[in-house]
Amino acid sequence: MRHFIVVALLVIACTFLTHTAITSIDILPRKASAQAIPIDHLFEIQLWLISFLFSLVTVTLAYSLIVFRRRPGDVSEGVHVEGNTRLEILWTVAPLVTVIALAYLGARSLSEVQRADPNALQVEVLGGQWFWSFTYPEYGVTSDELYLPVSKQALLRMTSLDVIHSFWVPEFRVKQDLLPGKITELRVTPTETGEYTLLCAEMCGTSHAYMVAPVKVVSQEEFMAWIEEKISQAKLDPVQRGRKLANQYCTACHSIDGSQKVGPTWKGLFGSLVTLEDGTSVIADEVYLRNAIANPNLQIRKGYPGNVMPNFGNILTESQIEDLVAYIRSIE
Amino acid sequence: MKVILSLGLIRGLLWQLLGTALGIGFFTLVRALLGLPSWEAEPAIVVGALFGALFFLLGVGVLNDWLKWAAGEPTEDHVDDSHLGWRRYFGPSLDHKVIGVQYLVLSLVLMSVGGLFALLFRTELAQVQMQFLSLDQYNTLMSLHGMVMIISILMGIAAFMNYLVPLLIGAHDMAFPRLNAFSFWIAVPSAIILLSSLALGGFDTGWTGYPPLSVRAPIGIQMFLLGVSLSGFSSILGGLNIIATIVRMRARSMTPFRMPIFVWSSLATSIISLTATQLIGLSFQMVMLQRLFGMSFFDATKGGNPILFQHLFWFYSHPAVYIFVLPGLGIISELLPVFVRKPLFGYRWIAMSSLGIALVGFLVWGHHMFTSGMAEYLRVPFMYSTLLVAVPTGIKFFSWLATAWQGKISFETPMLFILAGIVVFLLGGLSGPPHAVVSTNLHLHDSYFVVGHFHNAMYGGFVFPFFAAIFYWYPKITGKRLSETLGKIQFWLMAPSFVIMSLLMMRIGLLGMRRRIADYEPAFGFEPYHLIMTIMAFLTALGVVVFFINVIYTQLKGQPVTGNVWNSRSPEWQVPSPMPVHNYERELIVVGEPYDYGSPGSRYVKFVGEA
Repeated sequence: MRHFIVVALLVIACTFLTHTAITSIDILPRKASAQAIPIDHLFEIQLWLISFLFSLVTVTLAYSLIVFRRRPGDVSEGVHVEGNTRLEILWTVAPLVTVIALAYLGARSLSEVQRADPNALQVEVLGGQWFWSFTYPEYGVTSDELYLPVSKQALLRMTSLDVIHSFWVPEFRVKQDLLPGKITELRVTPTETGEYTLLCAEMCGTSHAYMVAPVKVVSQEEFMAWIEEKISQAKLDPVQRGRKLANQYCTACHSIDGSQKVGPTWKGLFGSLVTLEDGTSVIADEVYLRNAIANPNLQIRKGYPGNVMPNFGNILTESQIEDLVAYIRSIE
Repeated sequence: MKVILSLGLIRGLLWQLLGTALGIGFFTLVRALLGLPSWEAEPAIVVGALFGALFFLLGVGVLNDWLKWAAGEPTEDHVDDSHLGWRRYFGPSLDHKVIGVQYLVLSLVLMSVGGLFALLFRTELAQVQMQFLSLDQYNTLMSLHGMVMIISILMGIAAFMNYLVPLLIGAHDMAFPRLNAFSFWIAVPSAIILLSSLALGGFDTGWTGYPPLSVRAPIGIQMFLLGVSLSGFSSILGGLNIIATIVRMRARSMTPFRMPIFVWSSLATSIISLTATQLIGLSFQMVMLQRLFGMSFFDATKGGNPILFQHLFWFYSHPAVYIFVLPGLGIISELLPVFVRKPLFGYRWIAMSSLGIALVGFLVWGHHMFTSGMAEYLRVPFMYSTLLVAVPTGIKFFSWLATAWQGKISFETPMLFILAGIVVFLLGGLSGPPHAVVSTNLHLHDSYFVVGHFHNAMYGGFVFPFFAAIFYWYPKITGKRLSETLGKIQFWLMAPSFVIMSLLMMRIGLLGMRRRIADYEPAFGFEPYHLIMTIMAFLTALGVVVFFINVIYTQLKGQPVTGNVWNSRSPEWQVPSPMPVHNYERELIVVGEPYDYGSPGSRYVKFVGEA
C-alpha cells in the first residue's frame, strides 16, 4: 500500500512539473486567427492529458526499476501475480471514456473552426509549381501577396494548377490542401495585424521548400488603400507590371542574375542564341519569348527538363505575357 | 570462383541483370515488329525490371521445386542442407531458421542503406540553404529513406516471426517451407529495383507517392512503384504462412491461450499483412498504369479523382504501422517477464489487445486525410475510430507496468532496449491523439511534429525491441553471446540521442517546420535545432556501428554458449543452442502456463519421454 501512495504522489507532482516545463516555453507560434482560439484550447486540454499519462507511465516504471531492482546476490523470483480482471476492466473503460470525451470536444471545436460568416471576404487562391497567386474577385485584383483585413473572415476558395499543394500559415493554425481540378475551401479570420508566411505543406516536387508567400494582415483602411493601389498599378509601365508578374509566377524557377535554377536564367537572354533540345538554335526574340511563356513545351531548351513549366497561355492574358516579355527584355 | 557461382544469391543477381537486359530487348523488339518507334524508355525499363525480378527467382532456384511439380518430377521433402554450412544462407534454403537469418541480414543491410540516406539529408538540413545536395537529390534521398526503411522493418519483423514462431509453438518448420523461401527471395530483387530508382533520376514524391505529383515525376518513380508492389508479395505470402503455421502446427495441448504472447502478436500482424497489403500494391500499380497507358484514375480533368489514391494508399499504409509495431510490442511482452522474473500481467488482455489494434487499425485511415479535401462528414467518424486505438494500446502499457511492479528487475542489454522501447513508444503514443483530433490535426498535419511522432512509434515499436530481440536470441541463433559491454555502449549512444532528436522534431514542427522540405525559412530560427538533431542522428548511427562491431567481435572472439542464457521458460531455451535443423528432436508437450515465473517447480513445456 505504501508503494501505491508514494507512486500516486509522485505521479501528481510529475504531472504538474511536466505541464509547467512544457508551458514555460512557447510551444506554439503566436495565435493570430479566430480559428486558432478553439484549436489552442484543445491543445491545452491535450497537454494536461499528455502530462498526466506521461507521468503515470514513466514514474510507475522508474519506481519499479529503482525499488524492485534485483540486489546483487539475490537469485529469488518476483511475486507470482498473473493478472487482475477488475484492474484490466478499469484501464480499459477509463481510457475509453477519456477518448470518447476527447473526440466529443474535438467535434465541438471543429464546428467552431468551421463557423461560416456570410459576409466573408472572398479570395481565390491558386497554387502551382512553385508559386502562389491570390485574386480578389470583388475588386478584380490579383496579387502575389496575401493581404487580409483584420477581424474579417476570409473565405479562401482554393485550387491548384498542377499537383496537390497545401495552404498553411502556422499562426492561423488551420490547413487545407489545394487540389487540381477541384475547389477546396478554408475560412480564416485574422485577429492580429502583422506579417506572416504562407507555406506549402504538401510535398509538391523539386522546389517545394521554396513555395512560400508573404501574408499581410492589415486594418480595413489599409486593406482598401492597398486594393486602390493595386487597381491603379494596372496603369504602370509594362516593365513594372512584368516584374510583378515575374515575381509571382516565374522567379522560383528562372533567375535574373544568372544563377542556376530549375529553368534557364533570364540574364542576357533577350537577343541571345539558344540551343534547343533537338540541337537546333534560335534567336531569343520577342516571338520566341512569347511562345516560350504561352506554350513552353514546343521549344524545349537543351539541358532543361520538358513538361515542367505549365502553359502560361492558359493562365495569363495576352497583355500580361507582353508585359513579361517587356520585363525580360529589360534585363541586361 | 566455382564456390561463388554456386551461391544462389550470386546466380540470382547475374540472372537479374540478364533478365533486365532481355526484358528491355524483348519489349523493344515487339515495338519494332509492330512498326512503332522502337525505343520508349519508360515502358522498356519497367518490362526489363519485371523480367529481371522473375529471372532473379529462377537464378536463385527458389522456383525449382514448383517447376518440377509442374513437370511431374518428384522432389525431396524435409531437406537437410546443413552440410552446406555458411553457404546455405546464400541460397534457397527451406529451413525457417535459415530464412529468418536471411531476413535479418537483409533487414540490417537495408536499415544501413536507409540510415545512410537519412544521415546525408540530415546533414544537408543542419544549415539553412542548400550546401552539398541539389533539391532533387534531397527529395530523392528523403523519399527513398522512407520506403527503404519500411521494407527494412518488414524484413526485420519477418526475420523474427520466421525464426521464432515455429520454435515457440513446437513445430519442425513453417506450414509452407517453399512459399516461405519464395517470400524472402522475392524481396531481394524488389529491394534492388527500388534502389535502382536512384540511377534513373530518382523521384520527388516522398514515400507516399501522391498523384498527380507521382504521375509527373522522373522515371525513377516507376522503380519505386514496382519495387514496392513486388515486395508486397513477400508480406502477403509471409502473412499467409505465419497464420497457417500458427493455426495448424502448434504442439499438442498448446491451446490458443497458452501460446507465447509473441505468437499472438505475429498472428495479428499477419492478418493485417495478408489482407491490407494488396491496397498499396493496387494504388501504386494504378499510378504505373496511368503513366504507362495514359489511364486517368487520378486525373480530375478526365473524370478521375486524386483523393481516391489517398484512400487506397492509407487503407494499407495506416494498418502497416501496426504491422511494423505489433511484433515489437510482442517482443516487449515476451521478454519483460524474463527480466522481471514475474508472470506477464493480464496475458489474455494483452493477446486480445493485439487483435484489437489490428481490427481497429483498419477503420482509421481517414485521419491521414483530414486536410486533403475528402468529404467533410468523414472527418468526425474517423476521429472517433482513430482515438479508439488508444484503448488496446493503453492495455499493453498498463499491463507492462503491472508486470514490472514488484518484480526482481535486472538490466541486461535486451532489458535496456525493452525499456527504451516502452518509453519511446509512450512518446509516440502520447503524441498520437493531437493528430487524431481533427481541429488540432489541422495545425499538425504535414508538419515535423508528425515526423517526430512517427519516428517515436517506429523506434519504440520496432527499432529498440528489434535490437532487444537480437541480443536476446543471438545465443540461440549462433551459439555465441553478444558482448554486454558493447551492447550497453550501443544502447547509451542510441537511446538518449534518439529521444532528444525526436523531441526537437516535435518542437519545431509545432512552431511551423514542414515535413519533406529540403530547406527552411531562416526567419523561423530553426537552424540550431537542426544542427543538434543532425548531431543526435550521427550518435544514433554510431550506436548501430557499435552493434556491427559487436557482431564481428563476437563471431571472432566470443565463447560458445549453449545453455539457457536468460533462465527462460520458453521452449526454445530448453534445448541446447544452436537449434538442430528440424528443431526439437522430441515432440513438445505444454504442461503449464508460459510465463509462470515465481511459481516454484512449475514448467511450461516438457518433451515426450521426459519425466
